[in-house]
Amino acid sequence: MILIRLILSFCKIGLFSIGGGMATLPFLYELSAHTHWFSYQDIANMIAVSESTPGPLGINMSTYAGYVTAGIPGGILASLGLAFPSFVVIIIVSKFLERFKNSKTVQKAFYGLRPASIALIAAAGLNVAKTSLLNTELFSTTHQIGDLFLIKPILLAVFLFIGQKKWKLHPVLWILAAAVIGILFQF
Amino acid sequence: MREYLEIYLCFLKIGSIAFGGGYALLPILQKDLDENRHWATTEELMDYFAIGQCTPGVIAVNVATFIGYKKKGIMGALAANLGFLTVPVILILIIAAFLSNFAELDIVKHAFGGIRVCVCVLIIQAVLRLWKKSIVDKVTLAMAIIIFLLAAVPLPFSVPTALLVVLAGLCGILLGNETRSLKDGDPS
Repeated sequence: MILIRLILSFCKIGLFSIGGGMATLPFLYELSAHTHWFSYQDIANMIAVSESTPGPLGINMSTYAGYVTAGIPGGILASLGLAFPSFVVIIIVSKFLERFKNSKTVQKAFYGLRPASIALIAAAGLNVAKTSLLNTELFSTTHQIGDLFLIKPILLAVFLFIGQKKWKLHPVLWILAAAVIGILFQF
Repeated sequence: MREYLEIYLCFLKIGSIAFGGGYALLPILQKDLDENRHWATTEELMDYFAIGQCTPGVIAVNVATFIGYKKKGIMGALAANLGFLTVPVILILIIAAFLSNFAELDIVKHAFGGIRVCVCVLIIQAVLRLWKKSIVDKVTLAMAIIIFLLAAVPLPFSVPTALLVVLAGLCGILLGNETRSLKDGDPS
């Protein structure tokens, strides 16, 4: 019956974590404390693994926790459990949007939502830039401006930026190229 | 049946390259779903991102559900969801079973040092491209700047992202002119 408990636990996390992967974290800590299915150390490891694999942190974490608790079926069912509540909610929202697509109120709401969307994306971009292009840790101890900038990643960023303007390739090719360059030049 | 398979495979591909969280996905979705397949316009994708931000669950999965539902109803949404989840779930199962030190491997660290740079550039380019579609006048410009500052600058208190999105929607309802959201807006 561990499988049913797994599904229900991750359903609950899926229902209450609003606003993306990191929002699942407090719930995961709580689940760990209650059930001991996985440890705090497992969660910390998983954040690192999640950053190095595709897929959202919440899903990665539920797969991992499900696997350590109940093997492969556990991993699959926990992930589906996490995705299920949002699936139902989005279907309901979609039906609502379909019906009220042309209402003035909905149109006006979108007028406000789009700048919010772009601002949040830009903020996320800034966060990625901070961790990939800058060395804030070293800078905060040395206060040497030269220590703040990571030269190799910044050069790669400039190359990618110009390259993407010039050649309209699929983003996945750029991601692959960046991975290869990262390995070759020891990022 | 072929259409469900097409949706499944499309999101299988997207799910296997979805590095770096929901937002990094936008440039990929824009390329695949708007430019290549015409399943959704860029404006719709942005709306889905905003809504996915204030509904439960993972943003990327929510966007997949929206697109799948738009294409082929509930079964389409299911196909998109399963497609998106397949590769991440299998990869984590493999890592959990065999590679407990995966994230510490040097080759993985170096590769992801490079990938993070690429994700960052992809996001910047997406913002530049989407700018014109969402910033149509002074009101939307002011909103974007305020929300960016609240989301990006470390503050002593933290504002939940979902709350920002809900407030932005309300601002739109109060201040918006629905014709502006469809056309280029007033030049003044």
